[in-house]
Amino acid sequence: MQALIDGSRLMTEALVRAGADVFIGYPITPANNLYLFSGQRFKTFFAAPDEITTLQWMSGFSTAGKLPVTATSFPGFALMLESINMAYMMELPMVIVLVQRLGPATGTATCGAQGDITLLNGMLSGGYSIPVLSTSEANDCWEMAANAVKTAAELRTPVILLTSKEEVMTQFSFDMDSLKEIKAVERKYYSSDETFVPYKRDGKGVPDFLPVSNSKHQVRYTASTHNENGILEGITPGALGNTIAIHEKIESNLDSYLYYELDKADTSDTLLVSYGITANAAREAAQRLKDEGRAVSVLIAKTMLPIPDAYLNIISGYQKVIIAEENHHGLYSKLLFGAKAPANIHRVNTIGRMISPDEIIEEVKRHGN
Amino acid sequence: METKFINTNTLPFCKGCTHTTISQNTEKALQKLGKDLLDVILVTDIGCLGIIDKAFDTHTVHGLHGRSVALASGVSAGINNPDKKVIVFIGDGGATIGMQHLLDAAHNGYNMTVVVHNNMLYGMTGGQPSELTPEGFRTPTLPDGAPHKGYDICDLVATAGASYVSRIAGIGDISDQLAEAFSRDGFSLIEVMEICTSYGVKSNPGMKLKSLIQEAGIEIKVYADDQTKAYETNKKEDQPTLFSPKLGIDKEFTSQLVQAVRIFLSGTAGEGVQSGASLFVKAGMRCGLNVTKKGSYPVTVGVGFSASNIILSPEPILYTGAPRPDVIIVTSVEGLKFAQKLIDNATEDTLLIIDSSLETPTTNARLIVHHFREHFGGRYAILVGLYEYIRQSEAIPMEALHKQFLGSHMAGSEKLVKLIEEEFGL
Repeated sequence: MQALIDGSRLMTEALVRAGADVFIGYPITPANNLYLFSGQRFKTFFAAPDEITTLQWMSGFSTAGKLPVTATSFPGFALMLESINMAYMMELPMVIVLVQRLGPATGTATCGAQGDITLLNGMLSGGYSIPVLSTSEANDCWEMAANAVKTAAELRTPVILLTSKEEVMTQFSFDMDSLKEIKAVERKYYSSDETFVPYKRDGKGVPDFLPVSNSKHQVRYTASTHNENGILEGITPGALGNTIAIHEKIESNLDSYLYYELDKADTSDTLLVSYGITANAAREAAQRLKDEGRAVSVLIAKTMLPIPDAYLNIISGYQKVIIAEENHHGLYSKLLFGAKAPANIHRVNTIGRMISPDEIIEEVKRHGN
Repeated sequence: METKFINTNTLPFCKGCTHTTISQNTEKALQKLGKDLLDVILVTDIGCLGIIDKAFDTHTVHGLHGRSVALASGVSAGINNPDKKVIVFIGDGGATIGMQHLLDAAHNGYNMTVVVHNNMLYGMTGGQPSELTPEGFRTPTLPDGAPHKGYDICDLVATAGASYVSRIAGIGDISDQLAEAFSRDGFSLIEVMEICTSYGVKSNPGMKLKSLIQEAGIEIKVYADDQTKAYETNKKEDQPTLFSPKLGIDKEFTSQLVQAVRIFLSGTAGEGVQSGASLFVKAGMRCGLNVTKKGSYPVTVGVGFSASNIILSPEPILYTGAPRPDVIIVTSVEGLKFAQKLIDNATEDTLLIIDSSLETPTTNARLIVHHFREHFGGRYAILVGLYEYIRQSEAIPMEALHKQFLGSHMAGSEKLVKLIEEEFGL
């Protein structure tokens, strides 16, 4: 079936089918279609009075065994930050869809951007990571949304689903039959009769889960530095060890949520790297370069954070690398290479409009592919 | 044997602190109500009171400063079981920073009891005043006393819709008063007045709680006592899929288009720009084409310009931008202003279809002037502009567009249908 749809519709349907069961939202452009569709699709929908409340309600729902979702943009996300730190520390599954728009501050609500990745990289005090998955095309609004729910549940963690205005608001013709089936994630609850230790970890470093509604075992959640019993303890080895264990859980399970696309051109020494809204411009640029007999390879990052080693390994195999993203000074490039990128790393950046394939092609040719 | 809710004889509070009274009487109140340990979820805020968690053998949740009531709201609505008792311990500082959450929880009537430990200052950070500090009360950072009356949190939550609200002095056995609050469905709040033994006593030597309450005009009373029903979380089990078969658009026609065409529509808000664009791309889909459509308009959606970018393509569309559209259709003064830069940059390959009421711009584009507004009215100018484009380009069969139009709400106007059919020979 061909239909005229947008990414918000795909994403909302995917989130529900994957097992998210509560949407809590505060309206903000350009995330409003997600709010609208969620009201029509989620079994439970709450209109929160602000974004701090949104994240707190979500956390409460999550302690009760629900898998909550919200959708926001930078101004709302900024208000959520302390509560996201809390949810991370409590190890509460949830999905936060971040629809990027032009900043700083209120910026331009109706203009897309890719300006939030460095914020996401540094949003936890201590510099720890929350999995950040990104969309790069229509089908990702389906698959990456489902992957976000799966990762949140399996690793007991908040997950950020990063997207941008054009990706969730542009309407397009789409073959609905091309979508892969999504299976609802199965939540595993602690079932033993032995005393439940709320932050005791399994082989993957993930603590067992029990909702605060259960009448069998005591459950403790705390945002403060705590030991495996969920007891606030200050800087004891047990409590600090637990803080490190949360970090290791996210890092060591990266393979379970590693998503990227690598289109290798055998004869090329040039690699295009992109993500999000710019990914399709990179794909189109590569297609046109191939038609001209100047094939290049393309890496589309979908797991944005923590940064997978795989990306740096792939990049190291090319003499020329062009990183295209819609921000002023190459934010993901900075995360990959630090303040000063090696001389063979080139950037295409814009603000206030999408990067066009022409601009990427021009940069490729400038460096003599 | 009575259920022991507290697992220690040494609570983590200063000697003589009323926080100890509240914790011990909470246990007593829960015992009186016959609650089981795991029927209780204790949600604590930041402050001295917040370190009580480990002493309670109930479920415990310890979050951020001021947010405990919002967190407990999610817990309560998530559990959705009024037999489970959600209790929030918060201080006057937490009630200040999270006042919105208190009002909101009372307003929604979430099942919980909030116990405000009001010792009239921030005890963990050096004794700073809160917004609940009474007038004249001195703290280490406010040696001249609070300059104005503190918020009456009881009055506020009662006004917001709480089912039960009372203020008590934290003296002696307060288990009955706590039990009264705990026994209510919906949102209840009990404010317990205390004097911080570390900072409050030192800054206000000789002051007794009872006299302070009297002098500051703080009322010890029940503020609200309604038999409110328990909150129930709304759950719609049969929400339909967003992939309704009604969204399906079947291919019925064939397009002669061999490469992508990018069209920019620019008109005035309320004049059917977005609906015309939708109708047109659906007509494109009826011809088996790939399409994209996006809208641009000011944040106040009902005034000023309204514009739409459309792409029709026989090939899959990757990049959806259109810095140089192939076709520009302009139907109003606002639309002309918004499209000016594109018109300035247009080349001889660009087709510009513009309304006859507008001043003809200087442009390299191939120009077609049409009497959209005069003959069809502003409301349909964009739609007719798209008909004109099809007449000029034959990008899709005219029948495809017309069929889509006849199936739309716009075809409700018989006059419009007649005018269009006459103009375009249908």
